[in-house]
Amino acid sequence: MNIFVLMKRTFDTEEKILIENGSISEDDAEFIINPYDEYAIEEALQLKEAHGGEVTVVTVGSEESEKELRTALAMGCDKAVLINIEEDLEDGDQFTTAKILYEFLKDKEADIILAGNVAIDGGSGQVGPRLAELLDIPYVTTITNIEIDGKNVKIVRDVEGDSEIIETTLPLLVTAQQGLNEPRYPSLPGIMKAKKKPLEELELDDLDLEEEDVMPKTKTLEIYLPPKKEAGKILQGELQDQVKELVSLLRSEAKVI
Amino acid sequence: MARKVFVLGEIRDQFLRNVSFEALAAGKIISEGGEVVAGLIGENVRTLANDMIYYGADRVVIVEDEKLKYYSPDGYSQAVMAIIDSEKPDAIIFGHTALGKDLSPKIAAKLNAGLISDATAVEIVGGNVVFTRPIYSGKAFEKKIITDGIIFATVRPNNIPPLEKNESRSGEVASISVEIKDLRTIVREVVQNAAEGVDLSEAKVIVAGGRGVKSAEGFEPLKELASVLGGAVGASRGACDANYCDYSLQIGQTGKVVTPDLYIACGISGAIQHLAGMSNSKVIVAINKDPEANIFNVADYGIVGDLFEVVPMLTEEFKKLKIHSS
Repeated sequence: MNIFVLMKRTFDTEEKILIENGSISEDDAEFIINPYDEYAIEEALQLKEAHGGEVTVVTVGSEESEKELRTALAMGCDKAVLINIEEDLEDGDQFTTAKILYEFLKDKEADIILAGNVAIDGGSGQVGPRLAELLDIPYVTTITNIEIDGKNVKIVRDVEGDSEIIETTLPLLVTAQQGLNEPRYPSLPGIMKAKKKPLEELELDDLDLEEEDVMPKTKTLEIYLPPKKEAGKILQGELQDQVKELVSLLRSEAKVI
Repeated sequence: MARKVFVLGEIRDQFLRNVSFEALAAGKIISEGGEVVAGLIGENVRTLANDMIYYGADRVVIVEDEKLKYYSPDGYSQAVMAIIDSEKPDAIIFGHTALGKDLSPKIAAKLNAGLISDATAVEIVGGNVVFTRPIYSGKAFEKKIITDGIIFATVRPNNIPPLEKNESRSGEVASISVEIKDLRTIVREVVQNAAEGVDLSEAKVIVAGGRGVKSAEGFEPLKELASVLGGAVGASRGACDANYCDYSLQIGQTGKVVTPDLYIACGISGAIQHLAGMSNSKVIVAINKDPEANIFNVADYGIVGDLFEVVPMLTEEFKKLKIHSS
């Protein structure tokens, strides 16, 4: 099976966000593989173990993404591709990323493409379905289980807590939901091997793309932090009285009941 | 500038979801006096069309087909594209629900358009339609515009207030026929599991448990409180990782991001990853044994105490309140 995984480098979930000069400060921040993409990588590896083939992990980003690509290789991916847009593009959006990935993947004859259902930074969840549409292949988002038998695929999809049982066929794009699997940690031999695995770096030129082909369709005007909450009221006294006071405050002061 | 806005209504269990009315309210703002056209898609949806008009639609276009009984990206995109082709709107609004999240990028790709996902507010500034959306799961916000082509956005449930229902409004309900074909994904079955009643993303009240709940059984008092309040039960990652509950209940940076009117955090310490998923709730109540717990820093009201004592007491108080008011 020819398996591709789309990966994004994101802020660690425990990082605090600071804004400097109107954008998110990346100084001293810890970066990780987007957690939902880790599920996608793990599932790709399990599909390879069950059906054979090769797993290629792809990212659109900058030089810095190399670290996360190496982590993916250490987990067991066979090849990595970095599409480096740092020098070519000032700005991009989901339209941009999907278009670039399409140009890369259009002649790769992928049997299955896996991605996280959303990246925890931008949080739009657009790139997977956009890419599937461009490639003219079916897609299923937020999957929690997948079984492949020849060309036939049976999927369990999480729909706001309910599960849909879906039948479809390869080639296919799926996006991973939490609960799909338990991502493995890179092993020490895995880390050693990863250093020798191929990591290809491409730029827009290599994909025959010009900057104007991938110009974003959206623009961010402003980034800001939510207003700081004032310290709340810690209730005092007998527990029973606190509970009564809370109910009364929720009714009369907060007016939410 | 007057704009023609297409708003997709969403149906669940034969009813329109609230987010449909919230999307209409967003559509009304964007229209700046232009026309708001609602779309309804499904097997049998005509009876719901009037509600879309009462909440602000000027007209409704419906597409009905038995193949549209369940959502599928192919089937629904064929129906939506037929509406867009015939109406040629200047702007499109969907709800940011499981359906909207799944469908909107496909439509955006078909239209070669930009898409602003998960907007929590919309305003007109100097003639531009400006959307506000959370990033980093609500740790920050951005204001965003579409710079090229059709304006397209999805709106997060529970954020944009719907217009008041006005049953004196009337408008045309037209049906267009679309040949729904070549569905490449087929829904064989829908298993309703976790959501016992109220959906987390649309719940007005959420009672959430953390590691302090200690076991799956420990969630029982939380469920009772939620049911008295007509709310939903949620959980922190810690509770899910410890197998006290299903991951579908997880609230946080990984998991669901929620903005209910009332969020009651029980035995939740308040890790950044959890706060990212709930700190924009309107009112937050924290119940925790540890007075130093971080959750108290974001709570409007806090009770330092054992949740297994406090939660049942709260349930009793709310029950009394219900009896009094009914």
